[in-house]
Amino acid sequence: MQVKLTVNNEPKSFICEPGEYLLDTLRRYNYLSVRRGCDNTSCGVCTVLLDGKPVPSCSVLTASVENRSITTVEGIQDEAEKLGLYFGEEGADQCGFCNPSLALTVYAMKKELYKPTPEEIKEYLVGNLCRCTGYIAQERAIKKYMGDKS
Amino acid sequence: MKVVNKRIPSVDGLGIMKGRPAFTDDFADKNSLIIKIKRSPHAYARIKKIDDSLAKQLPGVVMVLTHKDFPRVPFTRAGQGYPEPSPHDKFVLDEFVRYVGDEVLAVVAIDEATCDKALSLIKVEYEVLEPVLDFEKAIDNLSIIHPEPEIHEMFPIGFEPKRNIASSYAMHIGDLDKALKESDVVIEETFYTQAQAHVMMEPHTVNARMDYQERLVIYSATQTPYHVRRIISQALNIPLSRIRVIKPRVGGGFGGKQAIHGEMFVSYVTLKTGKPSKIIYTRKEVFESSYTRHPMKLKVRLGATKDGVLKAIDFNVLSDTGAYGEHALTVFMVVGSKVLPLYNKVDAVHFYGDVVYTNHTPAGAYRGYGAIQGNFALESAIDILCEKLGMDSILFRQKNMMKEHETSPIFAIMGEGTEGTPMDMDTCKLDECVSRGTKLIDWYKKYPRIDMGDKIKSVGMAIAMQGSGIPYIDMGSATIKLNDDGFYNLLVGATDIGQGSDTVLAQIAAEELMTSVDKVIVYSSDTDLTPFDVGAYASSTTYVSGNAVWKAAKEMKSKLLIEAARILKCKIKDIEFDGKEFKSSNGESITLIDLSNQITYSEDQKQLSVTSSYVGHKSPPPFMAGFIEIEIDKETGEIDILDYVSVVDCGTTINPKLAEGQVNGAIVQGLGMAMFESVKYSKTGKLISNSLLNYKIPTRLDIKNLTTEFVDSYEESGPFGAKSVGEIGIDTPPAALANAVYNALGVRINTLPITPEKIILALKEKESK
Repeated sequence: MQVKLTVNNEPKSFICEPGEYLLDTLRRYNYLSVRRGCDNTSCGVCTVLLDGKPVPSCSVLTASVENRSITTVEGIQDEAEKLGLYFGEEGADQCGFCNPSLALTVYAMKKELYKPTPEEIKEYLVGNLCRCTGYIAQERAIKKYMGDKS
Repeated sequence: MKVVNKRIPSVDGLGIMKGRPAFTDDFADKNSLIIKIKRSPHAYARIKKIDDSLAKQLPGVVMVLTHKDFPRVPFTRAGQGYPEPSPHDKFVLDEFVRYVGDEVLAVVAIDEATCDKALSLIKVEYEVLEPVLDFEKAIDNLSIIHPEPEIHEMFPIGFEPKRNIASSYAMHIGDLDKALKESDVVIEETFYTQAQAHVMMEPHTVNARMDYQERLVIYSATQTPYHVRRIISQALNIPLSRIRVIKPRVGGGFGGKQAIHGEMFVSYVTLKTGKPSKIIYTRKEVFESSYTRHPMKLKVRLGATKDGVLKAIDFNVLSDTGAYGEHALTVFMVVGSKVLPLYNKVDAVHFYGDVVYTNHTPAGAYRGYGAIQGNFALESAIDILCEKLGMDSILFRQKNMMKEHETSPIFAIMGEGTEGTPMDMDTCKLDECVSRGTKLIDWYKKYPRIDMGDKIKSVGMAIAMQGSGIPYIDMGSATIKLNDDGFYNLLVGATDIGQGSDTVLAQIAAEELMTSVDKVIVYSSDTDLTPFDVGAYASSTTYVSGNAVWKAAKEMKSKLLIEAARILKCKIKDIEFDGKEFKSSNGESITLIDLSNQITYSEDQKQLSVTSSYVGHKSPPPFMAGFIEIEIDKETGEIDILDYVSVVDCGTTINPKLAEGQVNGAIVQGLGMAMFESVKYSKTGKLISNSLLNYKIPTRLDIKNLTTEFVDSYEESGPFGAKSVGEIGIDTPPAALANAVYNALGVRINTLPITPEKIILALKEKESK
């Protein structure tokens, strides 16, 4: 079947099976920053923005996003770079397999929450698991990014 | 120092954050054949019959591979140097399946859906055999897990497969009976540790294609590209020269990617069909069918005099290696060799036991590698002993633990699979780690507990050590070449798997060459392009590979000076080089950029390039003290971690921020093992905790605060004074937590993980007494 949608503000038309998940379609169409970490929406690695809200693309059927807007990290390069610079400052980079998905979630949080408390930030990001960093350096970097008005 | 010991951002952080293609599957050919494995539903069975006729007729199915397709060559997937200390007890596919999730056959098809459909059409008849599911009943069980005649050890490791023993080991120092007799207090305790899962975020994956020289080119999410190449060559009988293994960015490893996973299948399929192929493990497969930490039972006896002198340590360990013996002996030995030297003043040490086969998911390498199991037992036991002695456990540790310039006879006796290497502790700031940590956690204000009614706060601590590579075995090497425009390439076989070694190694080269990190373009690792390195394991990269890089940078500097002396027509000793410009004492000068352009394009042209190697002659241990502060709900047993203080001696921190990241990540992974990560099997041996829904790793809500500091320390044998830091952080959390729970409630949990249920049950038992 054919599904029309926008990806990173560009109109696209995907050919897919009715039962195909968005994660697999996006990877097939070379959006390689979208990755699989688990089988059941537990890890957050496959996060994309659906009409601006973070969703696990491993559980969203491609057929269900007709006419909707998808954002991957390729669509927020400037913001990802800004966050990346803070990650560098704080030593928050490790394997980075999940970093694009975390960047998208953090970007959505910045738009959605006004001056969140550290606890609210943790709550918002709790679905983005990380096995490398122990979270603390990430949180220092994210705090700086949230306060960045540039 | 201008670059080393500085908070330099990771060389690859921005590109990774922006989602550039970097990981193994990002480089898979779009038209790769897909390989899926049919996995055993039985813990132990013999395959009687495979009916794949319907599957083979299905359009899109390319082949079905069974044990009949592979040569009967036993090998080990452990991913170690050669000869391996692990038994050769695995066939690519076998007539026997030895755990739920073991490989029965492989389906190769044009896409995933076809693979799934084909798998459902294949009928397998099994003769179900009696499994061994209790590792305490494995030895001399009627069920023999490895009856096949071809399997063997590479050198003596105590391999007795007919008794379900993969390996055994014993050592002793001094007269244990005498030392125990002379002790005023003797304690005896038994501890159990679980089969922790690695849960790296990127599941295992590998892909292959033939290149235009008809060579097999493999991208693998591996920690050990050179070992992968060798093991494929040996198991599939392909000349080593026909294989190229590329390790792109790896999404976490923690030891799990030291081993071989789908490499044999993609190699076989691509060689056979000439077509690209790939395999990606599902998360369920990562849980059920890759590797775990070795679960262990540790029986500990300690003896001490009433004035607090530790006299004797007796460790009897039983380790469960699951269905295959990967890392069986070496993990077992590290339980002793990287734990017991902490208390080096004892009169007698006895360390012995067996590593047994069971019909569980195989165990393998995992950050900490035996040290975390040993540390949980020993550091819990030390607190138990101190309680009996009526002694302050911190003072007891300070009195009995390893100090700078001291040694332990254990270093000479125990290596990894072989004899060890004697060494003195040229750097050991453990004393400072303990006293600084005591201050940071405010121990004496909080110890043993602060009762707040419904909740209770407490503190607990443990000390730890690890190693820095395996002396005389682990080799790392580095190539540095100069480019026109005056920048360098640094080619290393060392494998960055997310720990930041590319950045750290570039820093070492940049410091020596007096340049900045952006002038050192680092590339890791590719068996065709980069020089040999054993890979990322045994806390070796900063120390072993880092020393190789340092050596190469020094040699490059001498080569640059020779060229500059030639151009400036003076003696080498008359040149000053500041990293950018060469100045001779006669007033002449040339910049590095001009020199590099000249030797590339115009005069006496040549490629300046050096390759250096390093093999360690010792394995200087990093040390640390870990302190936990917790709050327990008395009614539910729920634990809140308020803070974890780590004070670490890892020598110079080449990159303080990345070193902190290594410690923090390891602390949280250790806390996961200590608190959350329950491993559950069904009665028939199926892993129930096989997804992230029922195997819980720490989330960011679980971690309130981590306080991590490094003490000043300079290890003469390390690059710019560095020791390792990759594993040390994981060792202390289980014992520190167990000790804190005891300090809070007076109940001792000796079986990991320490869950609220166990705490409440222990409290009930205590009340009923």
